[in-house]
Amino acid sequence: MATLNLKVNGRSRAVDVDPATPLLFVLSDDLELRGPKFGCGLGQCGSCTVISNGQAIRSCITPVSAVMSAEITTLEGLGTPEKPHRIQQAFIDEQAAQCGFCLSGVMLTAKAFLDKNPRATDEQIQQALSGVLCRCFGNVRMLKAISRYAKGASA
Amino acid sequence: MTTLTSDARRALTRAGFSRRSFLKGSGAVIVTFASASVMDDMSVFAQGFNGTGSPQLDSWIAIAADGSVTAYTGKCEFGQGLHTAQMQLVAEELCVPFSRVRLIQCDTSMTPDQGTTSGQQSHPTNFNRTNLALAAATARETLIRLAATQLNAPMQNLVARDGAVSVRATPSRRVSYGALIGGKKFNVQLNPKAARIHPRDWTVLGTPVQRVDMRAMATGEFEFVHNVRVPGMLHGRVVRPSSPGATVMSVDEGSVRGMPGLVKVVVKNNFIGVVAGKPWQAAQIAEKLRVTWTPGPRLSPQRDAYEQIRKEPSTDTLLVDSGDVDKMLASAATVLRATYHHPYQMHGSIGTSCAVADVQADEATVWSATQSVFPTRNTTAAILGLKPEQVRVIYTRGAGCYGINGADTVSYDAAVLSQAVGKPVRVQLSRKDEMAWENYGNLFAIDQRAGIDASGTIVAWDYEAWSAARGGRPGYNTPGNVVTGTLLGLNPAPFNPRTPAPAPTQPLNNNLNTAPSYIAGRVESSHNGAGVVRSERVLSHRVRSPFFTGPLRAPERLQNTFAHECFMDEVAAHVKADPVEYRLRHLNHPRLKGAIQAAAKAANWQARPSPRPATDTTGTASGRGMACVCYEGDNGFVAMIADVDVNQSTGQVHVTRLVVAQDCGPISNPDGMRNQIEGGALQGMSRALGEMVTWDEEKITSIDWRTYRSLPLGFAIPRIQTVLINQPDEEACGSGETAITVVAAALGNAIFDATGVRIREVPFTPERVKAAMNSRS
Repeated sequence: MATLNLKVNGRSRAVDVDPATPLLFVLSDDLELRGPKFGCGLGQCGSCTVISNGQAIRSCITPVSAVMSAEITTLEGLGTPEKPHRIQQAFIDEQAAQCGFCLSGVMLTAKAFLDKNPRATDEQIQQALSGVLCRCFGNVRMLKAISRYAKGASA
Repeated sequence: MTTLTSDARRALTRAGFSRRSFLKGSGAVIVTFASASVMDDMSVFAQGFNGTGSPQLDSWIAIAADGSVTAYTGKCEFGQGLHTAQMQLVAEELCVPFSRVRLIQCDTSMTPDQGTTSGQQSHPTNFNRTNLALAAATARETLIRLAATQLNAPMQNLVARDGAVSVRATPSRRVSYGALIGGKKFNVQLNPKAARIHPRDWTVLGTPVQRVDMRAMATGEFEFVHNVRVPGMLHGRVVRPSSPGATVMSVDEGSVRGMPGLVKVVVKNNFIGVVAGKPWQAAQIAEKLRVTWTPGPRLSPQRDAYEQIRKEPSTDTLLVDSGDVDKMLASAATVLRATYHHPYQMHGSIGTSCAVADVQADEATVWSATQSVFPTRNTTAAILGLKPEQVRVIYTRGAGCYGINGADTVSYDAAVLSQAVGKPVRVQLSRKDEMAWENYGNLFAIDQRAGIDASGTIVAWDYEAWSAARGGRPGYNTPGNVVTGTLLGLNPAPFNPRTPAPAPTQPLNNNLNTAPSYIAGRVESSHNGAGVVRSERVLSHRVRSPFFTGPLRAPERLQNTFAHECFMDEVAAHVKADPVEYRLRHLNHPRLKGAIQAAAKAANWQARPSPRPATDTTGTASGRGMACVCYEGDNGFVAMIADVDVNQSTGQVHVTRLVVAQDCGPISNPDGMRNQIEGGALQGMSRALGEMVTWDEEKITSIDWRTYRSLPLGFAIPRIQTVLINQPDEEACGSGETAITVVAAALGNAIFDATGVRIREVPFTPERVKAAMNSRS
């Protein structure tokens, strides 16, 4: 165990963990954040995605020691129920969820991609989501919501 | 001490607790928890422990002095939009604004026991003339009766609106619900004659009210069971056997001694788990723990599975037998036959299953994503050696389950580990433990035969199926139906071979869609089929599976419908009939016919036989296919038309459009219904095109998302056109499992239409489609 300092959602956080611990466990257990989810622990499904220095990363296979100097953003870091971020609002407007478990990974993957590629086509957005799973298959609405957000972002 | 999460406590407070004085002596069973420190201001009650709800209005509805309404339901939200729809129902029927309604769902200490939320039964159960709908209607009627006395006016002159009762002619003469009943119990029974508001007069139901949980989900505030944290909580992991049927030979605790965070290694019979301070520590300890297993029996090879099940001892059921099928087939102008295969598939929840349990000497609380809080309460109590009333199960949402995923088994895991260490324990399964041990959807082999007369009409239909099963939902007393129960030494439901099947004596109950829609379904004097074919036989053989099985969205209905609807298509093609016209000709069910006609119209269906006139056998081939079903015989009606492009050099199937027409009675929330259709259609595509459980001679080998293929968000989705058929004068029926039931058949029929190749085995992988095309003459 060691005391590590992380920067999560704009705040400095000190945690006492084994440096090899995957970031996901630190976020969801030590910091009790609800956004990032354990889906597979293998980097295959995208549920654990967070944004680290602008990049979407799979927190379930990223040791916490690898992101100590990074700016980490989880779904909670985007907006609140009262004041959602525009991508969150787009998902609310499209009612783009069923169980909602994958939402965090879907939104953060899409946001990180669109931040870098604001004029991406729908096909490119879809390509960017090719490693993300939604087992309720809310694809239709999710892609609509992302497209709605993308159009607003590039306008 | 039992503890509530902050969210749970807030929810209860918001819902108007404390209600102890109000509820005591209401006729409901008062459950007294030993720990008064928890329940000090949140007295709990529950009603009837048999899955049938409660006849007491006070079990369902409470109105506070401020006029806010709290409703209690035994049917839970797991992503299908039911929480919101039930709030709409209560608001509509009680004539209160939607914002004034709170709903408490599935908590054994508070809500009626409505058994399991499954099988798209929630809409029929709670939205017709029983349970929650009847409770709300009874409450409104009771309020009007109370108001009649207060306002000194006859009931028929009164109207309920906006949480108050007023005199129709002089609306200023008005009394609010809060003033009429606030904080007091109704003390009446549900009145089966209480008038429901007709769907044509709905203002809240029938409208696309947005999901009440959406905002919290989209911003990361929503509390899934994975997020439940209680003080002093430890973390567990399980160590599952090396293979099905393997037993523990030895556990070397020394292999993990001294590892950081280790609290305890727990071994009970063949159940092994570890408890640690942190989840990552628990995962590492579980990984390191050296266990020697005595292997289970060798598994018969997967490639032989469909042949093997025909040879096993079986439980046989004859649903329909007109007695003349062999004779009619012998005399028919033509007999067609085909065999269809459907593999085991898995629920494959996106989040692995998780539960938190706090087991003390004489009480236990379990936060569980089970679809069955009361049954899980009873089975957990049995496992722990407690009485059911000493266990409280609080439904807390998990990742979408689509049937019995690992939610029940992980609840047992958490309970056993918590009992072993005397502290709250949270368990989340590994991806492999989820996928290798869940209750898969059944494997099926289905033989179909049809006799056709000289005019091309079907005169006899013979269905014979073999399916493999083991375990299932634990219900109230069979925890051995899921893996943890079995590992603890409890048996799954017994398997009693019975051959031959006794002759049918009960009217056809087609709740598994074992019978095709096209038969008359005659048993003695009853005719419960949806079709016209009067020479009919429906025979099923159920054999023992080496793997746990259980309901997976449209359980068995999907496999049966795949075989029925593909075979109907084969017969239509053989007689060169248009598949839509041919179906309609063999049906007499107006609602199914209506769905078919609506889908055909929306898809601009052009009548012609399949396959489409021969074109080039290279390049892309396009085709269309139709499939339909009376879900569970009478619980939802759907027709789907699929358009596909088949890449004839790779075998890749690209679905370009799905048109779905669905009738589930009066539509409670059109946007929710559409969401269910869209998700069901695409999930059905994923299952039809790629999903299959695999195994070798020892163990399951589909254990992650590389080895079990689910379509990702990136795949090119078809255009989905939904046609919602509103039926205000019919009963509410289900909507969650209807669309998925017909997808595999619609796609198989479309592939045939495009290429002339009939694929009779799911999934339609590129390799399989290509191999079939290569064998075209």
